[in-house]
Amino acid sequence: MAAAAALEAVAPLGALWGLVQDFVMGQQEGPADQVAADVKSGSYTVLQVVEALGSSLENPEPRTRARGIQLLSQVLLQCHCLLLEKEVVHLILFYENRLKDHHLVIPSVLQGLRALSLCVALPPGLAVSVLKAIFQEVHVQSLPQVDRHTVYSIITNFMRTREEELKGLGADFTFGFIQVMDGEKDPRNLLVAFRIVYDLISRDYSLGPFVEELFEVTSCYFPIDFTPPPNDPHGIQREDLILSLRAVLASTPCFAEFLLPLLIEKVDSEILSAKLDSLQTLNACCAVYGQKELKDFLPSLWASIRREVFQTASERVEAEGLAALNSLTACLSRSVLRADAEDLLDSFLSNILQDCRHHLCEPDMKLVWPSAKLLQAAAGASARACDHITSNVLPLLLEQFHKHSQSNQRRTILEMILGFLKLQQKWSYEDKDERPLSGFKDQLCSLIFMALTDPNTQLQLVGIRTLTVLGAQPDLLSSGDLELAVGHLYRLSFLEEDSQSCRAAALEASGTLAAFYPVAFSTHLVPKLAEDLCTEESDLARGDGPTRCSRHPRCLQALSAVSTHPSIVKETLPLLLQHLCQMNRGSMSPGTSEVIAVCQSLQQVAEKCQRDPESCWYFHQTAVPCLLALAVQASMPEKEHSVLKKVLLEDEVLATVVSVIATATTHLSPDLATQSVAHIVPLFLDGNISFLPENSFSGRFQPFQDGSSGQRRLVALLMAFVCSLPRNVEIPQLNRLMRELLELSCCQSCPFSSTAAAKCFAGLLNKHPAGQQLDEFLQLAVDKVEAGLSSGPCRSQAFTLLLWVTKALVLRYHPLSSCLTDRLMGLLSDPELGPAAADGFSLLMSDCTDVLTRAGHAEVRIMFRQRFFTDNVPALVRGFHAAPQDVKPNYLKGLSHVLNRLPKPVLLPELPTLLPYKPQVIRALAKPLDDKKRLVRKEAVSARGEWFLLGSPGS
Amino acid sequence: MVGGGGIGGGLLENANPLIYERSGDRPVTEGEEDEQVPDSIDAREIFDLIRSINDPEHPLTLEELNVVEQVRVQVSDPESTVAVAFTPTIPHCSMATLIGLSIKVKLLRSLPQRFKMDVHITPGTHASEHAVNKQLADKERVAAALENTHLLEVVNQCLSARS
Repeated sequence: MAAAAALEAVAPLGALWGLVQDFVMGQQEGPADQVAADVKSGSYTVLQVVEALGSSLENPEPRTRARGIQLLSQVLLQCHCLLLEKEVVHLILFYENRLKDHHLVIPSVLQGLRALSLCVALPPGLAVSVLKAIFQEVHVQSLPQVDRHTVYSIITNFMRTREEELKGLGADFTFGFIQVMDGEKDPRNLLVAFRIVYDLISRDYSLGPFVEELFEVTSCYFPIDFTPPPNDPHGIQREDLILSLRAVLASTPCFAEFLLPLLIEKVDSEILSAKLDSLQTLNACCAVYGQKELKDFLPSLWASIRREVFQTASERVEAEGLAALNSLTACLSRSVLRADAEDLLDSFLSNILQDCRHHLCEPDMKLVWPSAKLLQAAAGASARACDHITSNVLPLLLEQFHKHSQSNQRRTILEMILGFLKLQQKWSYEDKDERPLSGFKDQLCSLIFMALTDPNTQLQLVGIRTLTVLGAQPDLLSSGDLELAVGHLYRLSFLEEDSQSCRAAALEASGTLAAFYPVAFSTHLVPKLAEDLCTEESDLARGDGPTRCSRHPRCLQALSAVSTHPSIVKETLPLLLQHLCQMNRGSMSPGTSEVIAVCQSLQQVAEKCQRDPESCWYFHQTAVPCLLALAVQASMPEKEHSVLKKVLLEDEVLATVVSVIATATTHLSPDLATQSVAHIVPLFLDGNISFLPENSFSGRFQPFQDGSSGQRRLVALLMAFVCSLPRNVEIPQLNRLMRELLELSCCQSCPFSSTAAAKCFAGLLNKHPAGQQLDEFLQLAVDKVEAGLSSGPCRSQAFTLLLWVTKALVLRYHPLSSCLTDRLMGLLSDPELGPAAADGFSLLMSDCTDVLTRAGHAEVRIMFRQRFFTDNVPALVRGFHAAPQDVKPNYLKGLSHVLNRLPKPVLLPELPTLLPYKPQVIRALAKPLDDKKRLVRKEAVSARGEWFLLGSPGS
Repeated sequence: MVGGGGIGGGLLENANPLIYERSGDRPVTEGEEDEQVPDSIDAREIFDLIRSINDPEHPLTLEELNVVEQVRVQVSDPESTVAVAFTPTIPHCSMATLIGLSIKVKLLRSLPQRFKMDVHITPGTHASEHAVNKQLADKERVAAALENTHLLEVVNQCLSARS
């Protein structure tokens, strides 16, 4: 029994001996992994491996010894978790001892120590012992790169797991490491070494008397000058080294006395990258430094930064210089001082002021802007700095504004003032009297108003921006100031065409300030605008044409621009709606563009209301019924249509009303939307007009029954509303609504109505949850399409329906979408519908603005274009080949629409599938180059040009 | 290889060229919308083909550099002839041949085959005017140039739409 067990044990050991021989003497690499695997599987122990190696470990030939130790180390690297504490002790002793061995052996010894440094069973004391042995016996920098890297790894491993033990070594550890890394040249090793130094400092290892040495051994690489070799497989970039060295240098205030002179020296050098690196490093240091560290160097630092900003030709140096100054000032502002210490912040800022102040008085000279930027960089660092500088600079600039009379000089000065005012916004002052601007407010206002009345547009523009910034300061402007300001903005909103930029700026400023001061704008601006709207109508009656043209649209724009506060919307919206109604009643004839202008203004108000749920509902509740009432009235059969009525039903006007209603609906909460839908759907289905503000009409409203063509057109407004609702809002009488829409979409009405019905149907279909009802709707739609397409007068309508339903399904990845797409593709060879089908592919791939939009809560899967491409391009290409000559262009056109809308990264991998067709396509496209129509030639040229580039070098 | 454009890595010959304004899109006329009316190929149409070609050196178009101008385009649709004269930005511009080649290729790809094309340097604006013109007029040399992958790459870059 015992003998059998012994035999079994011998058999694998015999194999082990063979493997060891093959590795050590046979110079084969494979056995190492085999031995490691056998140890892991328990076939034999590490001790048995050592015994098997036996003589090779002591072989007099160093190469053989190295080979033996290499095998052991490789096994340990894979099996270090299996080691017992006792084994570890022995192995460490062995390896430490071998560090004294021949240099050929050292790499393998280090590998073994690295394996042991990963070992959990390492008893206390041995980590220190290993490191001491390495520090003592190995001259690391004469080893090859890989072996140096191994040493860094051993240190890193011990630092990670034996921090307390290593700290017991005190400063000796730091000193030992300094010697290890001194002279390191390889970027890969430097990254690890910098990381070790960073950990030494940040984890509070004792640096003892070696602070300067540690600084020297790292700072000698500053500034990093390294260009990765071409085809560098290690991927180390210059930036990696810069950042990891910067982390070391800026990690401790202890380095300050050595680092700051070095940084000053390098900022002063001629090399751009050195300047940048130094300024950025200085910036980083300010996060850990205090006044104590900076004290002695402030004058030199300021001198260097000032010189760089004053003289530099590089914007990056300027930006880094300003950033460094900002950090320095922030650092000085932050430092906690002893009671008796002098606050360096004040003297530092005084220095800056002294060097920059006088340049501010020369708005024509080169240094004016650099000086302003320096002062602003410092002022932006803290409330105290801001206060100090602003209280010095503002009076000076105010005085200079008056001393200089030229508009462009004044503009420079005002722009500087603006910069300082903007900085104020960063700090909030609890106490009103502490606000540094309070004392200058009156002067600033009068200066801004001077600028606003200056003939120079640029000065006006800066004036408007300054007014906006000043107005954003809480509780600064008095009601008197505001009244004046509003007066100016009113005047500027009506500037002539050549001051377009000023007018736009004034409108924007009105919007911003109205949100802060709704009362001032309600009191002083809205009534004036209201009056303008009325006055002009009477002017018109007198035939005073030209004024209307210029003032009227501006008035509308101003009204929408100030609608930034809920209370103002409550005044502007009724004004706009009232104006629209009056156009309807009045005797004069409003043009299409004028009605559109009112709608656009409404649209802008609607957009502004979207941010606030309450305003959103107010707008919806007020505007939508009013617009619907006007439209319904316009659609009523009357003997004499007023002109507005006709205008309101025009395609273009209805399109703007559609976007107003959609914008007023998308942001409604589901609850409120449900309230609204309960009125609007019955209006269209049952002619229930009770909720409309004015509802005495001359006839019934029955857009889906036998209503007039005008009534049918209003289905577009129903579409605008129901297709913008949040998805979870239930639509009453949906089944009936869908059937009516289908009916209308294929009836021989005007294309506007049938298309609106098809889009509305598609929009609802897209959002409808999957299930039996959806399947029913789809079946109805397919039946309708097929019936319409088969023959007769409604083929084109049926096609439009097919197109929109397909789009609705493609967007949501509905399984039926592929059948419908195939149907659409089939129509490419239809003699009548082919060209329209080709264009249809463009619609399928593009984003709509009115229905099926993400904003309107449609289900739009992000990859739908890619998916459509993958699913359909092969069939399109096959279709192209199979098609008779006269319809081939339809397939090409369809294909190019699909390709056109596809993101390039998606298209590129697919190119090989297209390339075989390249010559054919290029040949086919030669013919339309000679088309008699220029627009056709233009498309052909662009398509052919793209095909030439397809898969060709350089494209 | 470091450096964009694929041509040399060195300094630009004319680093700060004068930049001209781009003309807007050609407005579509009523006649162009009318399926019945034929629109003949005119100078503006040819100019529109070549004005957006990118300069090999600058991130600018030939139009912005004033290398091509509509007045230097002669076209006769009935006779199927086009002549384009282009003006290098400086008289020693080493890119002249390449620019001419790009114009030529653009026209070859965009015009009906019936057209005979002549692309040449505006007289008196380049030191090696005749040599360049001769190369551009030589059909076989143009064809051979386009067999050269490197040249084709640069030409294609000039003809790619700016992103």
